[in-house]
Amino acid sequence: MLELITFSTLNGVLYGMLLFMMASGLTLIFSMMGVLNFAHASFYMIGAYFGFEIARRIGFWPGFFVAPLLVGVVGGLIERYGLRQVHRFGHVAELLFTFGLAFVIEELVNMIWGRLPVDYRVPPSLDFVAFRLFDTTYPAYRIFMLATAVAMFVFLLIVLKRTRVGLIIQAALTHPNMVAMLGHNVPRVFMMVFGVGAGLAGLAGVIAGPALVTQPSMAALLGPILFVVIVVGGLGSLGGAFVASLLIGLIQTFAVAINVSLADAIGPSAASLLGELGRAPLAQIAPVLPYLLLVLVLIFRPRGLFGTRES
Amino acid sequence: MRKFAVTVAVAMGLTCGTAAAQETVKLGYIDPLSGGGASIGEIGLKTFQYLADQINAQGGLLGKKVEILPLDNKTNPQEAVVQAQKAIDAGARYITQGNGSSVAAALSDFVTKYNDRNPGKEVLYFNYAAVDDALTNDKCSFWHFRWDASSSIKMAAMTNYLKGQPSVKKVYLINQDYSFGQGLRKLALEMLKAKRPDIEIVGDELHPLLKITDFSPYVAKIKASGADSVITGNWGQDMALLLKAAADAGMQANWYTYYAGGAGGPTAIKQTGLADKIYDVVEGDPNTAIEAAQTTETEFRKKYGIGIWYPRAFNEMRMFARAVKEANSLDPKAVALKLEGMTADVFDGGKGTMRKDDHQFFQDMYIRSFGPLKPGQKFDEEGTGWGWTVKGKIAAGDTNVPTTCKMERP
Repeated sequence: MLELITFSTLNGVLYGMLLFMMASGLTLIFSMMGVLNFAHASFYMIGAYFGFEIARRIGFWPGFFVAPLLVGVVGGLIERYGLRQVHRFGHVAELLFTFGLAFVIEELVNMIWGRLPVDYRVPPSLDFVAFRLFDTTYPAYRIFMLATAVAMFVFLLIVLKRTRVGLIIQAALTHPNMVAMLGHNVPRVFMMVFGVGAGLAGLAGVIAGPALVTQPSMAALLGPILFVVIVVGGLGSLGGAFVASLLIGLIQTFAVAINVSLADAIGPSAASLLGELGRAPLAQIAPVLPYLLLVLVLIFRPRGLFGTRES
Repeated sequence: MRKFAVTVAVAMGLTCGTAAAQETVKLGYIDPLSGGGASIGEIGLKTFQYLADQINAQGGLLGKKVEILPLDNKTNPQEAVVQAQKAIDAGARYITQGNGSSVAAALSDFVTKYNDRNPGKEVLYFNYAAVDDALTNDKCSFWHFRWDASSSIKMAAMTNYLKGQPSVKKVYLINQDYSFGQGLRKLALEMLKAKRPDIEIVGDELHPLLKITDFSPYVAKIKASGADSVITGNWGQDMALLLKAAADAGMQANWYTYYAGGAGGPTAIKQTGLADKIYDVVEGDPNTAIEAAQTTETEFRKKYGIGIWYPRAFNEMRMFARAVKEANSLDPKAVALKLEGMTADVFDGGKGTMRKDDHQFFQDMYIRSFGPLKPGQKFDEEGTGWGWTVKGKIAAGDTNVPTTCKMERP
């Protein structure tokens, strides 16, 4: 039991941190530009494929540093030459633009790398067992993923709280119009934030690619849950995204480990009352729980856990 | 683009009239050629095109060439029915499909109803991969023939093998939460109870279909249960991610699977480094196949860069050709009557029979494990340098599962 709890916690935190690496960029983009970027998870996928392509030519480490930068550049270019053109037609047009973009990117990846998973491997320097606890091993690579995510969080926090750029971004979060009035080049800030957000998602892809499977459907798998994270955490709140990511990571992981059904909790009457729903163990409905949380948060606390504004 | 080409081809077929339609024997290939299932659908299409070329090189069917009509069903039952109608409109009297039992059920139903309404213009449906038991039991049809082993035949083969493996004591079941996974789980519980009552089922998990990104929580649970073997029908990414998570946690259990050999499966297993721990159950294996099959395998790999996934498609097309010859007719009803009860040589060796009662093909089944190529083995998979080794062979007679089919014959 202790073994299960320990590893479920570790797995939950790791999954949460992975979500956070993507959600942080998404929440910044959303709160600054008002664009719910449906293509955000696609940058995560591009990151994984860029990482793979560089890893098999030069090695994992160059890919680790270069691939996120490349993804950031791609993100910046998409903002500059795509999103900015659409901007004048309003938010709905922007939303539809990113929606279409997600499909375009997936199809491009399909065409370039094929539909089968690619052979993106953990680098030999990290391919060992970090520790062994109660006969279960924990790979060093997962520790590395965790460390990268934490380092990125600290870096973001410093940039946002301690630098002039961060000041402008923070101001733009709450008073986007005022920032523009003060003469800051808001479109450039937008492009930068979009690029950095994409780059962070790319970084998540580079490190998640070898641990999970690098394939064209990987974006569609993680995409929807990101929206849950930013809504539950509160729009524009980095701390909120952090807490919500961990919360959702842990909820999902622990729910899988628990074999209790409603019938067990309420008593046998639940089975006759609720039918199949009463008998289904929590493990089986685990993937739905984040969305349940999303619905509940929207009803009872629309601004999310740490959000400061309603819309 | 392909769809456009097909549409044009269909349109031209219609306008050019029946003269062109009579020149070839058209076989409608109705499987996913776009979307998530496309990688598998493309491989099937190549296989059937290869087989059509083979038949044509030998003079075709009663002097007519076989033509494959590729039709994209997007793994969707409704779309598949639309495409089947398209195939019929283009002059096809034979269709084949494999991916997805829900699609197969819709097609079988469509063909049966169509034949009721159009006597004399019957259409025959060859199923090469949809394994749901219902298709040859309560939903069976005279117009449906299945060459793949049904889910219960595969489970019978697997449990027969486990009967001789006393080291297997604690089994964990993990399956996808939809009709196929649920059915497999039920079969496993029943058959293990009958053949190995001493085996303890330490876990019985259903997880959402194709929605899990990280299986670590599930693997932690499997480990905590103390299982020495896992039985799963998972396919695609659900198989690859599950094995990856198991390798990360250093899990040493054996995996008994239906589809570890699917597209991308061998690549994923090689990555995990789990050598000789992952088993699958199939109807043919290249490394132990008869010489003729190995020659074909080499030629096929040279041409397409992939191994032969569907030995059963070879059985299907060869038996089709033989039935046409024996009936001396291309009429689907006459061909169907010849196919029923036919005993034929199986592609990879041995003999198989198309059971008359339910139109299910019975053939020898193999339990294989995946690992580094052993001396003397010729074929690896997906360029990994690893290949399949046959661990057990279950004779066709030992997988003779009963059927509830009460077939309505024309």
